[in-house]
Amino acid sequence: MKFIDEFRDGDLARGLAAAIRQAARVDRDYHFMEFCGGHTHAISRYGVSDLLPPNVRMIHGPGCPVCVLPVGRIDMAIRLAREAGVILCSYGDPLRVPASGGLSLLKAKAGLGRKSGSNGAGGNGERRGEIRMIYSGSDALTVAQQNPEREVVFFAIGFETTTPPTAVLIKQAQALGLTNFSVLCCHVLTPSAIASILESPEVRQWGSLPLDGFIGPAHVSTIIGSRPYEFFAEEYRKPVVIAGFEPLDVMQAILMLIKQVNAGRALVENEFSRAVTRDGNRKAQRLVSEVFELRRSFAWRGLGELPYSALRIRREFADFDAERRFAIRYEAVADHPACECGAVLRGVKRPQDCRIFGSVCTPENPIGSCMVSSEGACAAHYSFGRFADAAVAQ
Amino acid sequence: MSGLRKGYVRPLDLRQGRVDMTHGSGGRAMAQLIEELFTSRLGNAYLGQGNDAAVLPMPPGRLVMSTDAHVVSPLFFPGGDIGCLAVHGTINDVAVMGATPLYLAASFILEEGFPLGDLARIVDSMARAASAADVPMVTGDTKVVEEGKGDGVYITTTGVGVVAAGQDYAGDRARPGDRIIVSGSIGEHGMAIMAQRESIGFAGTIVSDTAALHGLIAAMRASGTTIRVLRDPTRGGVATTLNEIARQSGVGMMLQESALPVQAEVAAACEFLGFDPLYVANEGKLLAIVAPEDADSLLAAMRAHPLGQRAAVIGSVHPDPQHFVQMTTAFGGRRIVDWLTGEQLPRIC
Repeated sequence: MKFIDEFRDGDLARGLAAAIRQAARVDRDYHFMEFCGGHTHAISRYGVSDLLPPNVRMIHGPGCPVCVLPVGRIDMAIRLAREAGVILCSYGDPLRVPASGGLSLLKAKAGLGRKSGSNGAGGNGERRGEIRMIYSGSDALTVAQQNPEREVVFFAIGFETTTPPTAVLIKQAQALGLTNFSVLCCHVLTPSAIASILESPEVRQWGSLPLDGFIGPAHVSTIIGSRPYEFFAEEYRKPVVIAGFEPLDVMQAILMLIKQVNAGRALVENEFSRAVTRDGNRKAQRLVSEVFELRRSFAWRGLGELPYSALRIRREFADFDAERRFAIRYEAVADHPACECGAVLRGVKRPQDCRIFGSVCTPENPIGSCMVSSEGACAAHYSFGRFADAAVAQ
Repeated sequence: MSGLRKGYVRPLDLRQGRVDMTHGSGGRAMAQLIEELFTSRLGNAYLGQGNDAAVLPMPPGRLVMSTDAHVVSPLFFPGGDIGCLAVHGTINDVAVMGATPLYLAASFILEEGFPLGDLARIVDSMARAASAADVPMVTGDTKVVEEGKGDGVYITTTGVGVVAAGQDYAGDRARPGDRIIVSGSIGEHGMAIMAQRESIGFAGTIVSDTAALHGLIAAMRASGTTIRVLRDPTRGGVATTLNEIARQSGVGMMLQESALPVQAEVAAACEFLGFDPLYVANEGKLLAIVAPEDADSLLAAMRAHPLGQRAAVIGSVHPDPQHFVQMTTAFGGRRIVDWLTGEQLPRIC
């Protein structure tokens, strides 16, 4: 594949690995957090860690949209299907995230936990909701057009990358005059999550989470640009290198971070200059601010309630806001007591430090959200890297 | 089904006609459907007996039997349709046991309203596939469900074959040192279906690899090499099949990413949709685990057959109490090639 294989080239990787080994001082450790799940996935899938010297360690960050969804948000989606009888359209990954009462969207879709035991449609006259898996938000719009007598809700999740497409959907639905389409908006903001990690006691007070710099988001930065990270570099003295999602991008970014740390610099550098500018995509930003506004507060899994860390739909588009339309409210639900997803998302623990990792909690039976998405730290380690924990005969 | 007096019954309207509930009721409409649409196309002496079951001659050997339900959506896709898929899938399941496939049975669940013309196309395709494979369809059944209770047509096929004593390609026979061979480029069936479903223009050239593999397997058997395991990597792809074998045999495996044959279009479509070709379904490929000293001769025998031209050694078996399938990435790292989790592509076959 042109323009892709070039960024996965084994020879170049070996060259970069040698440069990293040379640049990394032997008298110190380097701890870098890759914010995005896309980077976590690339590191695991291509075995990037195997090419790094032992004193350069990667910490997985919270940038996986499925992982940071709290249980209560999944519950809202299930309630919409169950109680409001809507057709809920969701991407595949959120379907498997554990919700309250041993449910998930997938189990709710299959009818588990429904009160009546029959498998027929609407045994006692109530209209039964449906949960459908879609590949793109525009599929949800099509479902709404094909089912004018039904309420259709799109379960919109994701960071800044997926927000503009949701804004487009809402504008399209408005232009089409659709009256049966709405969005359960769970879009969250990257800078808030980074700030929360930098402000966490583990980093600020106790120093139990050593953090020497960040690999900045790839796709998110194409939208918001590199400017929002300048504050972190300046205020917290942490270098940030924005990198693409290909394995060579990640290695190049690691090299750039090591050089900054060695030189005592803390700047925002852009490795992903083929797609990211300082100002980002102004058109997308305008569209987002036309449709969305900041929420005063939003609950994140692992990071807790963060002020101004997520978006909600503006009053002008209230008809398309499922929360208003169905008067449905977020209710906080405690995570599974043994699950360490919170600590994993903050970078405080590694997946294998969780005592239910790989035993009770597996991709087939996820207890926490990080075991669900392929971008989740636990799922990535389980699926690609857990051989490193076991003594494997060669 | 015979005994209908010609002239009293108008022939089935394959242009406008649709399946209705009477086609499954056991009455004349059903008899007509079976006669005009099924037996006329799939016809052979056994099917023509018209009894409740076929009575068949049996060569010596042990009986091998397999059954497979087909629910693929869409029903027609580049390179094939549910009809030939249902024939190939079951023949392959019998053939990878080292058996010679002999007979097929098919059971259809039709949805009320399904166009008879589409059904005729599907049965034509089954007939062509069965005839090309030289495995007759000897018995069948048809049921009709109400509109909305099915999705056009579901087909279940059952196949029987015979295997000689001493031919044992069971999944528990892989041993450390063995080589792993794949018979050709992977992921084509799954991505052909996906490209069709998602209307991806650039992937429109991807064609399903659906094919009957018993000819290739016969050539492999004739090579006189020590084949330990044969399996067709359908749902869940090469990754899932190798994990099954690793667990059954109690061994680990190490693959070389750079050795995996993947067509450029398939690689691009996978990249675009976020799939990994290792997990995408194949319908005309097989995996062979072979004794190390025989790897080269088996590879040569496979490459000499039209369905094995791109065969390649993709890895080897080694001892591993954890039964991990691992891969050296082209990038230079190492990773697990794990079991497929969840549902990567529903309704693929």
